[in-house]
Amino acid sequence: MLLEIEDVSLLYGRIQALHGISLTVDEGEIVALIGANGAGKSTTMRAISGIRPIASGAIRFNGEDISNLRADLRVRRGLCQAPEGRGIFPGMTVLDNLDMGAYTRRDRAGIAQDLDRVLELFPRLAERRKQPGGTLSGGEQQMLAVGRALMSRPKLLLLDEPSMGLAPMLIQQIFTIITEINQQGTTILLVEQNAQQALARAHRAYVLETGRIVKSGTGAELLHDPSVKEAYLGVA
Amino acid sequence: MTTVLEKVRSGREAVGERWHHAPRWVRWVLLAAMIVFFYALPNREFYQYLGPIPTPGANFTQVLFTVSIYVLLAVGLNIVVGFAGLLDLGYFGFFAVGAYTVAVLTSPSSNIKTLWPWLLVVPLAIALTMVSGVMLGTPTLRLRGDYLALVTLGFAEMIRISATSSAFLKGQRGFNQIPHPPGKYADGKPFFGVLDARPYYWLVLTLIILVVIGVRNLTHSRVGRAWISIREDEDAAQLMGVPTFKFKLWAFASGAAIAGLAGALFAGKQNFVNSQNFELLNSIIILAAVIFGGSGNIVGAIVGGGLVAYMIERFRGIELFGVELYEYRFLFFGLVLVVMMIFRPQGLIPNRRRAAEFKDRRKEVIVGE
Repeated sequence: MLLEIEDVSLLYGRIQALHGISLTVDEGEIVALIGANGAGKSTTMRAISGIRPIASGAIRFNGEDISNLRADLRVRRGLCQAPEGRGIFPGMTVLDNLDMGAYTRRDRAGIAQDLDRVLELFPRLAERRKQPGGTLSGGEQQMLAVGRALMSRPKLLLLDEPSMGLAPMLIQQIFTIITEINQQGTTILLVEQNAQQALARAHRAYVLETGRIVKSGTGAELLHDPSVKEAYLGVA
Repeated sequence: MTTVLEKVRSGREAVGERWHHAPRWVRWVLLAAMIVFFYALPNREFYQYLGPIPTPGANFTQVLFTVSIYVLLAVGLNIVVGFAGLLDLGYFGFFAVGAYTVAVLTSPSSNIKTLWPWLLVVPLAIALTMVSGVMLGTPTLRLRGDYLALVTLGFAEMIRISATSSAFLKGQRGFNQIPHPPGKYADGKPFFGVLDARPYYWLVLTLIILVVIGVRNLTHSRVGRAWISIREDEDAAQLMGVPTFKFKLWAFASGAAIAGLAGALFAGKQNFVNSQNFELLNSIIILAAVIFGGSGNIVGAIVGGGLVAYMIERFRGIELFGVELYEYRFLFFGLVLVVMMIFRPQGLIPNRRRAAEFKDRRKEVIVGE
């Protein structure tokens, strides 16, 4: 088991955002976390990447308890998050942004190799490599965030709403790329509002409602579950 | 109006372009010429030919010394504000720590009468300011945004008030006979005397060059990249594996160390330190200088610090309709700042990344219209 979250609760001040969440991610999987706005999806991501401290429970990565580990040290263990929305460095060029992704690494040859791979995955970024990140379109910024996270060569890639605010064409494209990354050997935990796409691509999935996991199963199972259909897929 | 502005803008950009595309040796020659110019500047035989540049109402070499101290401070504050993006409103407090460390340990009017030589105390002053920077930073740098600005503001005031009211720090009476830096001419006269400000200016100028080389190397390293990433997006920096707290503390402590050095130099030159030297206004002036010059750019900080300090002194001794303009210096200073912030918010010589950000925003505004 690569990632194991056990009974994790998290507080924002006096408001409890997560109520004892448990989930697991196995090596090689794509696991999706779906749910409505405010269900606690991004909060779960922040807890895993270490940006928000948890109140109780345990997070284990590769068998090691990382519940109280600093966020930057979790990156060194092989856990990297592409933050939601515009979480890129707007004043840095595309190349500098990607370079920041490899901040924890020192193997130059490996970094150059991964840069080639990322630019191959995202040809748009290759075209705009000298442009400041802030001048890219929303979709391109999203790709930059994913590419930058890949540059750390993570064992587990956390993707927070990679399809947010994208045109339908681009959504297709980014999910194709996610599958491709996974097939190249990176395990992925994916948070999505676009349940249709996420469930179609994921091996397994969890449904989050008001800070609790209410359902779990394989992607196909949930895709055909009547209550999931009604609540998240817009089919009555 | 806009066309004139556009022309000025494109003209300045052309100069920048030319500089960046000039062959390496041309840049080196120009840089060397500039350095020679600034070393020659405090000599009367040289500056008397410079027309309106020498200050009419004050000894020009003294003014140059003051200006050079401000430049050093601006270079230091630029690390904190410009690179790491931490708003420090009490930077002059570290300057005071440096100056008082020298005063207490060297002056015969100090209570502890250690009477150490100046040179021995300088590294100590730098170390102590660094420690005070770490002490102030450790609890506050974990917080974000406005807290730090408030705490640093409070810190500088605490230093000033304890200097004013504590018996140990002598208040307004101050410390006198602080020793000068060592060094003698061939004929036995001290190199660093009371009357001639030139040697002090040369010393500060040399230290500025060394500090700038050091800071430049730092910013081009992993440390600099970490600072800039923190300034741009702290969460994202952490998600990329940057130990943000550690690097913020580093920026804060290195900035403080430079202010401590400046304070020690100031005390060694002035040979007298009292509580009136450390008004809050000074912190604000240096911050304004960094923003005026172009936050995040070393050359910008140098130009900003130099111009701001010089501008203030330049008003001395000028009378207009029977009014001494020096009395109104901060009125003009404020006016210049307001005009700057309207027409050139990124500063005179902005950092290239910042310039790109501002350019981008300008486009967005135009699209919005």
